[in-house]
Amino acid sequence: MNATATAKLAIQTTGLGKKFGKRQAVSNLDLAVPHGSVFGFLGPNGSGKTTTIRMLLGLVTPDSGNISLLNKPMPKSAASVLPRVGALIEGPAFYPFLSGRANLVRLDAADRTSTSSTRSNRVEEALEKVGLGKASKLAVHAYSLGMKQRLGIANALLRERELLVLDEPTNGLDPQGTREVRNLVASLATEGTTVFVSSHLLSEIEQMCSHVAVMSLGNLVAQGTLEELRSTGQHRAMLRTPDPNVAIEVFARLGLETKPEPTHEGDCPQLRVVLGSDAQVPERIVEELVRAGVRVRGFVVKDPSLEERFVALTGEGFDLAQ
Amino acid sequence: MPSSGLFLNELALLFRRRRTWAMLLALGAVPVLIAVAVRLTSGPPSGRGPAFLDQIAGNGLFTAVTGLFVCIPLFLPLTVSVVAGDTIAGEAGAGTLRYLLTSPVSRAKLLAVKYAVAAVFCLSATLMIALSGIGIGAALFSVGPVTLLSGSTISAAAGVGRVGLIALYIALSLLGLAALGLFISTLTDAPVGAMAAVAVLAIVAQILGQLPQLDWLHPWLFTNHWLDFADLLRDPISWSSYGQNALLQGGYLLVFGTLAYGRFASKGIVS
Ligand SMILES: Nc1ncnc2c1ncn2[C@@H]1O[C@H](COP(=O)(O)OP(=O)(O)O)[C@@H](O)[C@H]1O
Ligand SMILES: [Mg+2]
Repeated sequence: MNATATAKLAIQTTGLGKKFGKRQAVSNLDLAVPHGSVFGFLGPNGSGKTTTIRMLLGLVTPDSGNISLLNKPMPKSAASVLPRVGALIEGPAFYPFLSGRANLVRLDAADRTSTSSTRSNRVEEALEKVGLGKASKLAVHAYSLGMKQRLGIANALLRERELLVLDEPTNGLDPQGTREVRNLVASLATEGTTVFVSSHLLSEIEQMCSHVAVMSLGNLVAQGTLEELRSTGQHRAMLRTPDPNVAIEVFARLGLETKPEPTHEGDCPQLRVVLGSDAQVPERIVEELVRAGVRVRGFVVKDPSLEERFVALTGEGFDLAQ
Repeated sequence: MPSSGLFLNELALLFRRRRTWAMLLALGAVPVLIAVAVRLTSGPPSGRGPAFLDQIAGNGLFTAVTGLFVCIPLFLPLTVSVVAGDTIAGEAGAGTLRYLLTSPVSRAKLLAVKYAVAAVFCLSATLMIALSGIGIGAALFSVGPVTLLSGSTISAAAGVGRVGLIALYIALSLLGLAALGLFISTLTDAPVGAMAAVAVLAIVAQILGQLPQLDWLHPWLFTNHWLDFADLLRDPISWSSYGQNALLQGGYLLVFGTLAYGRFASKGIVS
């Protein structure tokens, strides 16, 4: 990567790795998060997102590799970089017997570069931004999970930040709260803040982010803009026909892979065909099918979806990584 | 002064916890119990019981001294174990450590602040006993000129000064234990485990201190000078035990402070 491109990266890691005992939590990770992007860090549970974030913020020392945060090496420059970074790490954590407000005051006071004269104003503002203005004097043990999550986000917003690192920020939020977080992220992004947000839910990343990196088993399996990731996906087609066997032969002849789609008893059978990344001309395929006597009752070409791409990259189902 | 923000905040936090006040009130109740017991059974001195007990009826100031003396082996170390064991492990267990460190605060500073707060607690604890003792002693008995162990007599005001010196001495005595607690607190994310371990060490050190076979070890035990405050009740004051104690506690602070830093600086924060 050339120098100007590097200077525009808010986060850059090279060869980042971390082992817990025998378990490789993160391996050989090269992240490149452009300045000003809303960058989705996507991966199933246990794929190494939180571990990566802990390393970025200097909480965990990497076994290998380098980290540059806002163009400064981490963890060496933690004292000068971290005041410019707001973070939510693996969920919120607060003193239960203190009010939401007192908790934020405490964390702000811990940062010796923060200005004490503006502290109480900044705390109020952060609480307002996440909709906790009315609950600010309530002890945190009386907060619901969603309120704690909001308080965690408020902590990340205590000062003007150049970078926000949000680890699963919508965990525990209701749909309304999720929408609010999405809007908050969008408004911060328009102000120029770089947002690095992790999630195990594609739909969330898809709605919030301009860029995405996909993790699987501690490895980076894809990285780029949402469009780039989408376009590397495969076009597919669905064929509805009472002659599936003949159709499969035709597809095989055309070098296309097929999978029977589950259908209800009595319904017309369906076949799913992978067309590849540059979809073959569909009318040619249909022509071949008709010539072979296949009764085509329906033929639909589907653009590559991120969902399928995500599943292809990270595996399907409820199996936890490893 | 932005850099003192963390210390003041942590200090305020210590005194905002109900646990802290429960411990301080329990400590303050000890001289009250002693004074009430002495008052109710007022008779000729029996010669039994803890040192200074027989002087209470004659001079209320000795309630404070007796209270401090009684709390040294168990009560004080127990409360200091709770505070010192909780310093880092408590934050780790609650998950707040990751937010403190990314706020950011350097690990060395966090350790120093946490230790300073624990030290303030040591002093608060002994002062609590002293003040409660002086108060209840004055309420139930007469307070007058104090006859010292060396036989000479000093004014009541000077006697209060001596009680203050003893409280300071005992607070100083507890600093080594607090440093040990700080170190143990960096080893675990379970605060209760750290507290228990520190308390056990305080007891074990005292038991070892009573075994004559281990004479060679005694000068190195942080508990070695815990009961040597009687020198402060002589005229003129013999400062040698104060000095030796300060040296010993300072040594513990140096060693365990360094160990705590060594451990904490490289610790992966995964809680
Ligand atoms: N403190 C730890 N000790 C041992 N293994 C850990 C620890 N933290 C994380 N791991 C392991 O590292 C892997 C990645 O975990 P994590 O980074 O939390 O994933 P994610 O945030 O993507 O769900 C998992 O296999 C997890 O079990
Ligand atoms: Mg996680």
